[in-house]
Amino acid sequence: MKTTNIMIVGVGGQGSLLASNLLGTLLVEQGLDVKVSEVHGMSQRGGSVVTYVRFGEKVYSPVIDKGEADYIVSFEMLEAARWLPYLKSRGRVILSTQRIDPMPVITGAAAYPDALIEKIKATGALVDAVDALKLAQRAGSVRAANIVLMGRLSTYFNMPLEAWENALKECIPPRYLDLNKEAFKLGRNAHN
Amino acid sequence: MKRLMLGNEAVARGLYEAGCRVVSSYPGTPSTEITEYAAKYADIYCEWAPNEKVAMEVSFGASLAGKRSFCAMKHVGLNVAADPLFTLSYTGINAGMVIGVADDPGMHSSQNEQDSRHYAIGAKVPMLEPSDSKEALEFTKIAFDLSEEYDTPVLLRMCTRISHSQSIVTLSEKTNSETKPFYKNIRKYVMVPGNARLRRPIVEERTARLIEYAETSPLNRMEMGNAFLGIIAAGTAYQYAKEVFGKEASYLKLGMVNPLPEKLIREFAEKVDRLIVIEELDPIIETHCRLLGLSVEGKTLFPMIGEFSQNLISEKLGRETKAGKTLEDEIPVRPPVMCAGCPHRGIFYILSKLKLNVLGDIGCYALGAAVPLNAMHTCICMGSSISSLHGFNIALGRESEKNTVAVIGDSTFLHTGVNSLINIGYNGSNSTVIILDNSITGMTGHQQNPATGYNIKGDPAGKVDLEALCRACGINRVRVVDPYDLEECEAVVREELDADEPSVIIARRPCVLLKHVTHGPPVFVKKEACRSCKICMRLGCPAIHLENGKAAIDETLCAGCEVCISLCPFDAIQADKEGV
Repeated sequence: MKTTNIMIVGVGGQGSLLASNLLGTLLVEQGLDVKVSEVHGMSQRGGSVVTYVRFGEKVYSPVIDKGEADYIVSFEMLEAARWLPYLKSRGRVILSTQRIDPMPVITGAAAYPDALIEKIKATGALVDAVDALKLAQRAGSVRAANIVLMGRLSTYFNMPLEAWENALKECIPPRYLDLNKEAFKLGRNAHN
Repeated sequence: MKRLMLGNEAVARGLYEAGCRVVSSYPGTPSTEITEYAAKYADIYCEWAPNEKVAMEVSFGASLAGKRSFCAMKHVGLNVAADPLFTLSYTGINAGMVIGVADDPGMHSSQNEQDSRHYAIGAKVPMLEPSDSKEALEFTKIAFDLSEEYDTPVLLRMCTRISHSQSIVTLSEKTNSETKPFYKNIRKYVMVPGNARLRRPIVEERTARLIEYAETSPLNRMEMGNAFLGIIAAGTAYQYAKEVFGKEASYLKLGMVNPLPEKLIREFAEKVDRLIVIEELDPIIETHCRLLGLSVEGKTLFPMIGEFSQNLISEKLGRETKAGKTLEDEIPVRPPVMCAGCPHRGIFYILSKLKLNVLGDIGCYALGAAVPLNAMHTCICMGSSISSLHGFNIALGRESEKNTVAVIGDSTFLHTGVNSLINIGYNGSNSTVIILDNSITGMTGHQQNPATGYNIKGDPAGKVDLEALCRACGINRVRVVDPYDLEECEAVVREELDADEPSVIIARRPCVLLKHVTHGPPVFVKKEACRSCKICMRLGCPAIHLENGKAAIDETLCAGCEVCISLCPFDAIQADKEGV
């Protein structure tokens, strides 16, 4: 079995750690070897963050290198563009259409590139763009956008919904569970 | 039972399974979660100490009393704790004592990239280095056994990729370590020169015995594949090498990185055609191989700087590397920023406005050095802001006293800043120190400290009175300000710089990310009142940006601190949506 590589990228504070924990929990339950590499500390303060999830029969390196990612799940458009060089040829980008200006854009020192989704598609990458913020809001909180994207990602894996729901139950405190289950479903059933 | 665990959590599990009873640490990325996870086990006493030296000495005390003990720190924390370490190597321990130290190759969250293996060599103590969570758990337990068998503290070296990667571990039952009796033994534990001279040869004999152990220890193993290439590696470097070469190379995987084996390395070298050492940071294993007279390649191929990866190893060994597509557009960088509503922002705005020299310290507030505030001009090590300010003012006198300040967080102040303040009180430079008291250790992810009034479990604890402490250090002028109140901050900073004696300003407001801190409603911009003066943009608040030249506020980010309201000269930013 080949190792599958998933990168979860976004802006510090968007909930990438919860998303990677969810994936890790799910994959271990499937009896696979799994490594999840996270970033803590300084980068969490609104910086660009990346989490690597790798699974297969035997996984050695905890990180994913350029040209290796089967999937990039991005919580923000610019971050998808930043990490694009890590995507395999014909890999898939699942992205939230949310835009968060980084400080150089806020201060006017740099510009936020336009038409990013089209440009990413033009490289040959498969793109699944979701308005995760809107769906999360519909589920009850904008903070659940990370779980909306996990719902979207789930459509590319041949794993029963029940396994995902069990993983959600394990990773999310009971009082937020229903909201997150709803967010997951909205992502899973979202139309492109 | 198998579970997915963070490397740091696996160390904590190892502590539990090894029957460790006392843990004392100071937080530091990437080591922090070891102690946080350990605190979840009811049978382990855990605490946050004010600094790493205190933590290591507490840990030694517990070991001396007969309980297995542990302390954790980041690599630079070991600099602070180096003093006890070097002598504990002489005295040895009673019950097992393990010191977790986490390096940060690539400097994800650190001010330097030092290689803590030098400390193991310098202090002449054994050091183990796991390469995943499974080994992190196992090695922690082995470290305690080695500590007791060889009568030495044992270093457990982690790094960012091991500490902060999750992989599968196998859980076992807890072994009940017995409390060892404490016997007074002046020759062993009182390191006056006469006794230290007696202990000194014991350290060398121990190292010789540990080298013997390293030759046959299961911690070090050969994995023979294709003998064309022989790779010696430890930690993450081993994982990267396996990823690239799999069975197409042979490996000597070292789990004990000090002392290093001799016969085992020679034996491996003889079995392979080409011998290379893959190690991040300094060429320690490589140098050892050279001293053995072996022909070896290491740093001629691989960099001294930064983290490695599978691509880097492929590239340096002439293998094909993968590459992805890049967009033509320039992708703007996204550096970390002070959070919206961060209480540090107001003070840094004032320091920037007054164009002061600001000697800074370690913590979230190092972000005060970033654009647009640019209001921090040094960041060296814990506590250095206050001592450097004293030196700066001694050197320049009145010329600098009126326009130079130190900024330091509450946790950092109690870590090592207080000694420096004593120096100011004692030697009397006319210095102005600002303590940014956000009532938590922020950068490492919200750990309690001696000024918060709570312990690691969140239970009420002793609380250092910062004002009283500063006065006791000989500072008569101690002022407290609210960093959200810009007017007050500016007035007080000006007054204290003008004063003819040293002063401390405590800017007190809890971190906006703390759960108990309630946020105000988001503020709004009255577009017609905004004259595009961009003063609000000087705050560097991530919630404020420009839309068609006028200020706009992202209400999902705004924490309602209202600092921008007080700054706007045209009252264009308002708290009340009705007025917009």
